[in-house]
Amino acid sequence: MADQVQASAQRAIAAQRAERVVDLRKRPRIGESIIQTTLFACGFISIFTTIGIVFVLFEESLAFFADPAVTLVEFFTNTVWQPRIEQFGILPLVNATLMVAFIAMGVALPLGLGTAIYLSEYASERARAILKPVIELLAGIPTVVYGYFALTFVTPILRGVFGQDVVSVYNVMSAGLVVGVLITPIVATLSEDALSAVPGRLRQASFGLGATRWETAIRIVVPAALSGILAASIVAMSRAIGETMVVALAAGASPNLTWNPFEPAETMTGHIARISGGDLSYGSIDYKSIFAIGLVLFFITLGLNIASRQIVRRFREVYD
Amino acid sequence: MTSATYDTKYAIETRNMHIYYGAFRAVKDVSFGIERNKITALIGPSGCGKSTVLRSFNRMNDLIPGARTEGEVLYHGQNLYAPDVDAVQVRREIGMVFQKPNPFPKSIYDNIAYGPRINGWKGSKAEMDELVERALRGAALWDEVKDDLKKSGLALSGGQQQRLCIARALAVEPEMILMDEPCSALDPISTLKIEELMFELRQNYTIVIVTHNMQQAARASDYTAFFLMDKDDRAGQLIEYDTTSNIFQNPKDKRTEEYISGRFG
Repeated sequence: MADQVQASAQRAIAAQRAERVVDLRKRPRIGESIIQTTLFACGFISIFTTIGIVFVLFEESLAFFADPAVTLVEFFTNTVWQPRIEQFGILPLVNATLMVAFIAMGVALPLGLGTAIYLSEYASERARAILKPVIELLAGIPTVVYGYFALTFVTPILRGVFGQDVVSVYNVMSAGLVVGVLITPIVATLSEDALSAVPGRLRQASFGLGATRWETAIRIVVPAALSGILAASIVAMSRAIGETMVVALAAGASPNLTWNPFEPAETMTGHIARISGGDLSYGSIDYKSIFAIGLVLFFITLGLNIASRQIVRRFREVYD
Repeated sequence: MTSATYDTKYAIETRNMHIYYGAFRAVKDVSFGIERNKITALIGPSGCGKSTVLRSFNRMNDLIPGARTEGEVLYHGQNLYAPDVDAVQVRREIGMVFQKPNPFPKSIYDNIAYGPRINGWKGSKAEMDELVERALRGAALWDEVKDDLKKSGLALSGGQQQRLCIARALAVEPEMILMDEPCSALDPISTLKIEELMFELRQNYTIVIVTHNMQQAARASDYTAFFLMDKDDRAGQLIEYDTTSNIFQNPKDKRTEEYISGRFG
């Protein structure tokens, strides 16, 4: 009896299914296409901005090199940058920039990597919960504050240690050290991401063989995360090269080709900031020169970014 | 530390061992001894604490925050959990092979050499070559890899990777080797190779293996310890420990019989 009832119910459902009209035609979804267009526009605006900036850099630079007072060869080989007497050699600016960047890396690499290893391999949950926000806070301090910190705190210490006649009031060392502190959070957080991404079973294997925490960190985890650490270093380096405020305030305002980090020397960014802050007449050769410097800066950081991508791709260890 | 006379029958012995993760007692009151130069299998359903017990033998549980061990684990007459015992030193004596093969992202050679190097290896390059060969032969991997020792350990097959991990453990010259489900990620042929290898290793090492695979415990071990979670406090406990043939053919505890006959777990 019960079986019969059930069977007839099933037949009824099957009959209903057979009668139902199924419409599978495409429907217009206007909302969906609007959203897709908007999202595409968001992405495209940032690309377009970049293209625009590069275009302006090129255009103004071309105008600069079209001027009879400069040649491309002179631009890259002349060791004097004195726009007033029409000497446009970028070497002193590039040299100062690289000095600041290398001093900064000398500070940021050991400090940042040490912080990253501590956070990823040693710190308890609690220590990490306190330390990470503090480090990120360091990255949030306005760079102008760092600049005054360099000028009014680090420089007097340097002068006290090495002597007033050795260390100038404006010097590359002070700026480099402080830029180093400024980019340490970049090295620390990016390296920590790379170290944390190393599978835990490698650590287990190392501990299982009787390795200490330090041996495990240095011989297993850091090598396994090397690509990420190198990429982090390059990102930090390119940040140091582009940093402006600290060098503008603390490194001095005279293009100067020197290897002595205690002398003042103006970097590319520092020079651009100073010149564009002054009363330059639009279209003068001084005005155009800063676009040429900007273009060189752009190529340096572009080169570093490409290098970092290549490194990540080539040296990444693939697990599983 | 020098050890006084101790019972040479056992490679390692636990006395009233309790293991806690924070406030939770994961293993309670385990007392048993692992025979020298034998293969001892720890079996039981998931959550019965067998892996936790295995990891207590070389203090790998120390790496889990909040883990704590009470009672005694005696090795050469010393309690491994005495305050003056160095966990790093313990792990140099008692090696471990893990569930999933975990070679380092280094060459086969460097995978093997890693253990000796961190243990303050002072020998020559030639002696290291010899040690690497011996370890790879010991793990029945030498013939397959002898021509490309520079190749990354990650380039090997799963079974080869696991034998590389065994070779890596052998290179430190431990007394005991702990294996935590070493075949669960391997195909049947690789599994068989590992089991054959275990029989060879038994001559020189004491082996403790955790396995989910009852056939494996039955065919590849000399002694079997059966663990089960207590339903009331969820703590794992040792139910029965005997020769493997007794456990599988003549179990004394009803729960052991039910488990090995596949009625639960």
